[in-house]
Amino acid sequence: MARFLARRLLFAIVLIAITSSSALLLARLAPGDVTSQLGPFASSEEVQNTRARFNLDRNPVAQWWLWVGQALRFDFGDSFLYNRPVAPLVARAAANTALLGILSLVTATFVGLSLGVFTGARSGVLPMLVRGASLVCVSLPPLITSLAFVFLAARTGWLPAGGMVSATASDARWSAWIVDVLWHLPLPVLALSLPMAATFERLQSQSMSEAVHQPFVMAAIARGVPARRALLRHAWPSSVRPICAVYGLAIGALLSGSFIVEFVTAWPGLGRLTFEALRARDIYLVAACAATGAAFLALGTMAGDLLLAAADPRVRQEHAG
Amino acid sequence: MRGAAWSLLVVIALAAVGAPWLAPNSPNRRFDDLLYAPPTRVHLLQDGVNAPFIHPWRVLSRLERRFEAESSRRVTLRWFTSGVLVTADADAGAPLLLLGADAYGRDTFSRLLYGARPTLAVSLVSALLATLVGALVGGVAGYFGGWFDSVLSRVSEFVLVLPAIYVALVLRAVLPLVLPPSIVFMLLIAIFTLLGWPIVARGVRAIVIVEREREYAVAARAAGAGDSRVLLRHLLPASGGFLKTQASLLVPAFILAEATLSYVGLGFPNTVPTWGTMLQDASNVALLGDAPWSLAPAAGIFAVVLGVNLLAQSEGRVPVQLEP
Repeated sequence: MARFLARRLLFAIVLIAITSSSALLLARLAPGDVTSQLGPFASSEEVQNTRARFNLDRNPVAQWWLWVGQALRFDFGDSFLYNRPVAPLVARAAANTALLGILSLVTATFVGLSLGVFTGARSGVLPMLVRGASLVCVSLPPLITSLAFVFLAARTGWLPAGGMVSATASDARWSAWIVDVLWHLPLPVLALSLPMAATFERLQSQSMSEAVHQPFVMAAIARGVPARRALLRHAWPSSVRPICAVYGLAIGALLSGSFIVEFVTAWPGLGRLTFEALRARDIYLVAACAATGAAFLALGTMAGDLLLAAADPRVRQEHAG
Repeated sequence: MRGAAWSLLVVIALAAVGAPWLAPNSPNRRFDDLLYAPPTRVHLLQDGVNAPFIHPWRVLSRLERRFEAESSRRVTLRWFTSGVLVTADADAGAPLLLLGADAYGRDTFSRLLYGARPTLAVSLVSALLATLVGALVGGVAGYFGGWFDSVLSRVSEFVLVLPAIYVALVLRAVLPLVLPPSIVFMLLIAIFTLLGWPIVARGVRAIVIVEREREYAVAARAAGAGDSRVLLRHLLPASGGFLKTQASLLVPAFILAEATLSYVGLGFPNTVPTWGTMLQDASNVALLGDAPWSLAPAAGIFAVVLGVNLLAQSEGRVPVQLEP
């Protein structure tokens, strides 16, 4: 187990180092730099000073090396765009994205698995309806769900159509602030979790319908175990493996999906920040965003592996050995 | 279900191919009086008049985008004129707007048809290229093994773990932000191919590793077939089913990637109708509520993804929506 964790940690560090470095270098080599933000009337002296302030006058490799040295001391540089240190900016956006992502993942898992067990184990009109609905939802990527929900919100006014806090609530008391954020949450969370829940439902349904016909489930029912218990205690644990296997992938999908959901619903998360940083050639901000995203990814895949180990004794054996 | 899925996909393909004959209006023609005009209703029968006709819109308030149908004017639809299936008298200010107009007063329905072309072309070509490159690289890696194989495995694992849309975003954003459409077209294909091939290569590698030990491959080698012949004529055909499946999964993923990039302003420029650039109109939340027809391209994307997923379901595979 310790060796497994150590290997995972190493993978995480390599992933973070490679993604952030390549993001930094790519953004540095991109045409145009921060001085375009100064406007066309900036004097050449001002342009030079700005370049010097952000080490843009050095060659890319030297700048990268300098950045690595600082980053190892947890100094991630300053953002040109916001004119302040990168770390708090990214931390804030990352927290928002994490809130959105974790809530969506929990919702999708809960809804998807319970519906999947239902449709996999039963036959009839209702499971068929659920199956059809989830086939439709699986075909609704986050881009479409978020646009559709924003449209519904704009039309009906039941929920705020975008943002994370209302303008009025941002300087109100913290309890009012929390209520306001909670009011803004359902729309992006639903948009992000709907296609994922449908995917989980399809996977769970497929594996559950295979599991209920396994001999050991038959045997349990023959022994007189109540059907409900035979389904949930005997069939389900063996059927949950394929979902755990895609959980690691689901984290990547969650990050990809959260980018577009954040963009459409104006949620101030990592995706929007990365996009703004990329457009403004704000290289230190780009690098920090990439590092944070990579960290999320590494954490997610590790969580997926642990889940798989928890669900499948054979995998556990492998890691132990 | 299989038949339904295929007919859905074929209808979309035909609509894209036949856009010049099916679209009632030119996709870039602006009707200055009809910004955000709602769809024109087609009347079939009224007062004994039998031909389908429309009442053209008259603008009541530009600010509030209110329109009124001129019920006194009756414009009969013209069939098979000037090489178009059906149209109305656009020059007399009475265009046929089946799905309303967009922010510039352009016909949404015509743009939807024309917009399907670049979107589908980019995704089909990228899916083909990604499958081709992936099959070759994966086949070579699986057949010969060695250092090439281990490098390939590391690279493809790395690309697979990254969220695709971010990679596409970074690759596109570091290039000049404004580019002519033809360059964008090739650039998107290049980026999508780069993102797609590792998925294919990994699967093909696994298949080739198993197949190269099978009797027929051994027999072919024993009969004196060279490496390239064994690989191209015997082993790659064995992964044909896998390749078909993968290509069919890549197409909707790339459609979505194009739409996402164009939506955020890093894909095609707004002058080119694609499903992605058309969705930019929907980003104006204040206007979206009154103009649901600007979501029409989303329906197009949904139809393609649904078609592919129905196919997957009918073949007993689980439709998985995990990448963008």
